[in-house]
Amino acid sequence: MKFYTKPIEKSPRIPKLVAALYEKMPEIEADRGVLITEAYKRTEGQPIITRRAYAFKHILENIPIVIRDNELIVGSATKAPRGCHIFPEYSFEWLESEFDTLATRAADPFYISNETKETLSKVNKYWAGKTTRELAEAYMSDEAKAAFSHGVFTPGNYYYNGIGHVTVDYPKIIRVGYNGIIEEANAAIAKLSQGDEDYAKRRHFLDAVITCAEAAIKYAKRYSELAFNMAKTTQDVKRRKELEDIGSACRQVPQYGATSFREACQSFWFVQMLLQLESNGHSISPGRFDQYMYPYFKADLDGGKITREEAQELIDCIWVKLNDFNKCRDADSAEGFAGYSLFQNLIAGGQDKYGMDATNDLSFMCITATEHVFLPQPSFSVRVWNGTPHEFLIRAAELTRTGIGLPAYYNDEVIIPALQSRGLTLEDARDYNIIGCVEPQKAAKTDGWHDAAFFNMLRPLEMVFSSGIDKGVQLGPKTKRIEEMTSFDEFKEAYETQMNYFIELMVNADNAIDLAHAERCPLPFQSSMVEDCIGRGKSMQEGGAVYNFTGPQGFGIANVTDGLYAIRKLVFEDKKYTLAFIKEALDNNYGKDMDERKAAKLTQQVVSALAESGKTIDAETVKTVYYTVTKNRASDEKKKAYAQLLDDINELSKFGNDEDDIDRFAREIAYTYTKPIQKYKNPRGGTYQAGLYPVSANVPLGAQTGATPDGRLAYTPIADGVSPAAGRDVNGPTAAANSVSSLDHFIASNGTLFNMKFHPSALEGRSGLESFVALVRGYFDRKGSHMQFNVVSRETLRDAQKNPDKYRSLVVRVAGYSALFTTLSKGLQEDIINRTEQSGF
Amino acid sequence: MEKDLLSVKGRVFNIQRFSIHDGPGVRTIVFLKGCPLRCKWCCNPESQEWEIQKMRVGDKVKTVGKDVTVGEVIEQVEKDRIYYRRSGFGGMTLSGGECTWQPDFSEALLKTAKENGITTAIETTAYAEIDVIRRLLPYIDTVLMDIKHMNENKHREYTTKDNSLILDNAKIIAREAKKLIIRTPVVPTFNDTEEEIREIAEFAASIGVTEMHLLPYHRIGSDKYAGLGRRYEMAHINVPEKEKMQALLDVVNAVGLKGQIGG
Repeated sequence: MKFYTKPIEKSPRIPKLVAALYEKMPEIEADRGVLITEAYKRTEGQPIITRRAYAFKHILENIPIVIRDNELIVGSATKAPRGCHIFPEYSFEWLESEFDTLATRAADPFYISNETKETLSKVNKYWAGKTTRELAEAYMSDEAKAAFSHGVFTPGNYYYNGIGHVTVDYPKIIRVGYNGIIEEANAAIAKLSQGDEDYAKRRHFLDAVITCAEAAIKYAKRYSELAFNMAKTTQDVKRRKELEDIGSACRQVPQYGATSFREACQSFWFVQMLLQLESNGHSISPGRFDQYMYPYFKADLDGGKITREEAQELIDCIWVKLNDFNKCRDADSAEGFAGYSLFQNLIAGGQDKYGMDATNDLSFMCITATEHVFLPQPSFSVRVWNGTPHEFLIRAAELTRTGIGLPAYYNDEVIIPALQSRGLTLEDARDYNIIGCVEPQKAAKTDGWHDAAFFNMLRPLEMVFSSGIDKGVQLGPKTKRIEEMTSFDEFKEAYETQMNYFIELMVNADNAIDLAHAERCPLPFQSSMVEDCIGRGKSMQEGGAVYNFTGPQGFGIANVTDGLYAIRKLVFEDKKYTLAFIKEALDNNYGKDMDERKAAKLTQQVVSALAESGKTIDAETVKTVYYTVTKNRASDEKKKAYAQLLDDINELSKFGNDEDDIDRFAREIAYTYTKPIQKYKNPRGGTYQAGLYPVSANVPLGAQTGATPDGRLAYTPIADGVSPAAGRDVNGPTAAANSVSSLDHFIASNGTLFNMKFHPSALEGRSGLESFVALVRGYFDRKGSHMQFNVVSRETLRDAQKNPDKYRSLVVRVAGYSALFTTLSKGLQEDIINRTEQSGF
Repeated sequence: MEKDLLSVKGRVFNIQRFSIHDGPGVRTIVFLKGCPLRCKWCCNPESQEWEIQKMRVGDKVKTVGKDVTVGEVIEQVEKDRIYYRRSGFGGMTLSGGECTWQPDFSEALLKTAKENGITTAIETTAYAEIDVIRRLLPYIDTVLMDIKHMNENKHREYTTKDNSLILDNAKIIAREAKKLIIRTPVVPTFNDTEEEIREIAEFAASIGVTEMHLLPYHRIGSDKYAGLGRRYEMAHINVPEKEKMQALLDVVNAVGLKGQIGG
């Protein structure tokens, strides 16, 4: 056997660490917010890069440190497990206004003490006028702001928060330590001439890099001292030895290169956690952990310095720690990224840069770690290509079968050429890893801006029916009135006109935010670990990386496809209905009433839209609006006619059933998003590339979208990812896979996301695993890019809704990540339950 | 491709893709309509009659049965070619109903599949003239054949036909087929004793068969009887317990066959 595939026992330490993690509700801590404010006050008037470096140093010197019970790998961003810091330099207003609802909101609640509220309120006053959000708003065009507030797209992720979405050069830090970075920066300084036109900028950046590297070294020393002090006072002999080892490891790394697997693990961890303290971006992804850790593992194993069990325990400890971070998002964003997820994508297997298979024993141990720890982080993924060992995929399938929603499967055969088409070298493309949900890139060379925005492809379709009017204002272009349209081509052209217009506005919004980050929040620490920032003497945010992209996601392809298909068929081919009648039916939500909660939300939206457009709002207006939206007052005769239309729509072919005609149509529809985006450029000197997935934004953004001509009722969820609309694929998993593979996954080089839900019976026995692997391989043969699975029965999920206490540890796949089912909002829970469940027959 | 093969017509009531528990690998099962037997436990009662029927499913009425050409079926079967290959031995399985009761259609389907490089299997009662079976055998990779009982009377009582033709055919198929697997639905009150299973296993071993599958009785089809306006005679029967199936499997293995629970 080429690989060691025997099971490795779980250390008793791991359940203890996991239990400690989930004892309490996560809490917001004030320390970082206070420290960064102090630092900024002390450095007013200095270059921003210098201020950022000083702030980083000030935080690392003063933030409380803690070694938790039973830990082998140390370094905690917060005092309490799963705690969370505040990053007022990005935005703070939402936090202040949500102080009192944080603990009780549906998605991702956080505890916050009154003391912390007071402290943060004081701190926040300093930040008015200084945040990236405010600058981005100032840069953004009025039209883009309007489209944003009308929910056509949302760039909220980077508008309110840091960027994250990066894989830095972990192997380099593990190899040469931050001393190596300091040397590199000094060498770059030595090459500068004070007369250079950009000397000042470069010099300040390089000095900032050195400040940050020194701060990281000093921070580890604090842990070393703490560990030795704790060792002195503990009565537990075994723990004393562990603490001494921790102390020694933190003395060595990350200042110097690691000399053992254990030190490599500790060094990796410091990098991972310090990145989270510098900025609050999520999706800081460890990448190809099995590749860069392997030499240390192999050397220690061969040298008899470590057993497989000891190595596994260390890996498991890292897996636990990856769940110790948290991020508090504003209420709306929390719904879009539900499940406290940090999307730290860690990937195993695949090819090396020479095109040879790189699967190794650590790839298998990563699977084992995920089984042992059984928590949502890391977002564990595997790379698959034609040369992937069968036993590796079977082992991965066993993990899938547990129902944890991990791993996600990625196709080298699509992703490598897709990245090459975006200008990566062949070697870099082969060495890709995944960021966050599904976004491929080359580690340590890329600033990908992978989650730049979510674009709801159904909203422009609504605007075709209204000639660009939305909630009473002319939001989109005045396309031809539908009453005057005489061919499907005219309809489709109007859709493209609406799409192109809103895509342009989304780019405007993203570029505004991009500029704001470069000006107000460059990140010297992160930049020091991404090529070629030191060489170019500038931060990633200013274009220091080798590869630069902006990747906004389109979603709703299945609904737009089914909807346009219905219009072509029913209006223009069969001439059964007029567009005017369809518009009427949509306005009336096919004759269905709306529930109170949705009506209230919609009323709120309409009223605020009216207010924005300058109309005076009084109680009477609100009442009228509510009455208009809540009750369907169509006559019974009309209702019957709408119901007939809905029946006729439901009878038509739907995307997801392996029918060539509509599947080809879907490919064309996806191009209305993926093609126009390619021509745009970002301020970092890079290009735009589309992704096709919504994370979990299909639910909240669906709640802002009226009824659509695919038969989808108003304010219900939109199809997730490139998956067929929920419940509409009825020909089994291979049919759904074939349909989805008929989209062009190469052009959507920022990633596509295909969700499948399996009943546990489908993966039973060896033959179940084999068939499952065949399904993955088959979809990948047909050039699909990504696949992920929930293996859990509908009954189980229903039961979990009723008895959440029984199912606290039930992990499900949400989008490009897994989360604890019981922590998700009701709406998202329903969406997951309603995704078509596939079973073997 | 011979054009006339593709235009041969037959009657099917379902084509089910991603079948992973009926024969090796990922398979597409073509369910043919019409069967000479009337097994009391049959889980596809809508398969039995040749006539196209109406069946109530939930609050809708579904038409069961459709006349199609070989070309139309193969087009569906082709769609999962990649998954057959990736699962090793996947392909098309003719089930039913009883495929030997539509010999022209079945022969054309199997032959076309083989010519297209798709592996084939049939699930059969083998209640047919041997000449008909012989027409199909050259194009079948795996025959999954039921032997339900060795006792003639009991067989007749539960399936309406006696078993002598079936057992005679089994001997010939065992000799002439590329591969024969014997399958026995284990139905409490009918054939779930160790003696009854042992008799079948011993017969199978005596004709040179090496593999036998025990398929535990299930009630998934019970609602369909009501949907067709028929009475389900097995309503009082419980599904066999796991331990029971294991004991029967031990019997099969003791006879020297490679036994398996499920397809």
